[in-house]
Amino acid sequence: MNDGVNGVALAVFIFFFLLVTVMGFMAARWRKAENENSLDEWGLGGRSFGTWVTWFLLGGDLYTAYTFVAVPAAIYAAGAAGFFAVPYTILVYPLIFTFLPRLWSVSHKHGYVTTSDFVRGRFGSKGLSLAVAVTGILATMPYIALQLVGIQAVLDVMGVGGGEDTNWFIKDLPLLIAFGVLAAYTYSSGLRAPALIAFVKDTLIYLVIAVAIIYIPIKLGGFDEIFASASEAYSQTNPATGAPRGALVPGEAGQWTYATLALGSALALFMYPHSITATLSSRSREVIRRNTTILPLYSLMLGLLALLGFMAIAAGIKVSNGQLAIPQLFETMFPDWFAGIAFAAIGIGALVPAAIMSIAAANLFTRNIYKDFIKPDATPAQETKVSKLVSLLVKVGALAFVLTMDKTVAINFQLLGGIWILQTFPALVGGLFTRWFHRWALIGGWAVGMIYGTVAAYGVASPTQKHFGGSAKEIPGIGEIGYIGLTAFVINVLVTVVLTFVMRAVKAPEGIDETKPQDYTADAGDPGVQVELPPATAGSAH
Amino acid sequence: MVTPMRVVIALCLVAPFVAMLWVGSYAKTDPTVIGIPFFYWYQMLWVLISTVLTMVAYKLWQRDQRARSASKGGASR
Repeated sequence: MNDGVNGVALAVFIFFFLLVTVMGFMAARWRKAENENSLDEWGLGGRSFGTWVTWFLLGGDLYTAYTFVAVPAAIYAAGAAGFFAVPYTILVYPLIFTFLPRLWSVSHKHGYVTTSDFVRGRFGSKGLSLAVAVTGILATMPYIALQLVGIQAVLDVMGVGGGEDTNWFIKDLPLLIAFGVLAAYTYSSGLRAPALIAFVKDTLIYLVIAVAIIYIPIKLGGFDEIFASASEAYSQTNPATGAPRGALVPGEAGQWTYATLALGSALALFMYPHSITATLSSRSREVIRRNTTILPLYSLMLGLLALLGFMAIAAGIKVSNGQLAIPQLFETMFPDWFAGIAFAAIGIGALVPAAIMSIAAANLFTRNIYKDFIKPDATPAQETKVSKLVSLLVKVGALAFVLTMDKTVAINFQLLGGIWILQTFPALVGGLFTRWFHRWALIGGWAVGMIYGTVAAYGVASPTQKHFGGSAKEIPGIGEIGYIGLTAFVINVLVTVVLTFVMRAVKAPEGIDETKPQDYTADAGDPGVQVELPPATAGSAH
Repeated sequence: MVTPMRVVIALCLVAPFVAMLWVGSYAKTDPTVIGIPFFYWYQMLWVLISTVLTMVAYKLWQRDQRARSASKGGASR
């Protein structure tokens, strides 16, 4: 592929990159509030976003560059199994419809910035809150690293990634520049930067998908042709496993895996700190419910995008690294200038979530580690300063990760991160509906789920990897192959329930619950709900 | 309190889970639509169906809450 630099595509790419850079820095002045030195301002954009901004922000956040590259890449590699991303995103919305508004209400009532804030307030347990915070940070870091992998894939295909024998500094320079700029505007503008850039990202993505889904099938002779050649490719025996490469529809054996992956991923998605950051930045409870009805537009886009995997096969794209299949397809099928737009869409698609994720991880660190354990009397200005610095550190860490280690390491950790983050579900969602679970039982369940998930994932081998070869394994007691994260989650819940009975029996202290039942249904405008409004009214509600 | 409206809301929210997790019901190639196997277009159709269902749930929920706050004199939402 490295057949020289694609000049036109690169020029278009750089144009859009400069555009979003300027926007990123300007964002600091967008809807600016009087008191910018509070974490509510920097880390949650003043909690002022309406339906559309929240929609773009959540979309920009959940459907990342890695998603765009990885979902079609999975289809390209094995067919139907990779399509689970679609039912997964279908299930997310009915699910969050039930619990996110409650989280929004209680967070606004008590000024919670992170999920750990809520868990601490609900269960009166710093230990449980620490467990949730550490899990969140651990799960987010590799996710940020994968965004870099997404940018790298695009740079590679454009021919600026350098060959294997290029000096490492020259090879990684474009990536370093991209991330330096990202870090700078996240630092200065906070959550407002990705919120504003998300507009550009989504406009480009929708444009590219709309064109790709019409233009490429016409060039390849229609969907009949595409699926016929894909079907033929999947039936070929893979020399490494001795089994067919994949299938157009999942067979009996693959159906449990398909369903458990979809369900487990759906449960996990809104446990990620960055999804919660985007949620809490919205203006009202209604904004969230309304968003659950318009966010599925992205799922439709994801489904169309996944079909690109089949097109890559039909177009005869041959890559050893599946991640390059889609960028390569774009370069082969599109004229140079439009390939540049497509690459810009993927590149910017990486910057938006990377910014939100680093902000979310930084908020967790500041609120639930720094303030709870290191400096309890930190002022809001100090909190914001620490958060800004940590957001930088998190990004540098992710960068070091990608530059020094093999890409598969980042992917392995991402896989683990999904399993881990699901283990915070009982404390968070359970806590939103009931105080029945005992705080120590929740810690116990969490620990068992984390250990089981990690050990089980370690033991999965694939033809290319001895460990962490996949995310599915035999479910104990059922015998079908299922998503490890979901199995760990079920074990987690069982342990939590049993331990809760035990703790009740020995009368272990329950901890103080600072929330009241009506806090969970409060909306903006109700007495006591913290409202952060633009300058004219800011301050009056405190 | 279980009211008929809330049962409908719950059904709207549960339906996508039943449909999507029952993979056996749609793991087949035929009938195809413009060359796309059933397995794929059916799931994409469910994106639209579940959107409509969530919207219905949202509208009913709003109505339910309004009725409730009216009967309670606007005390809770």
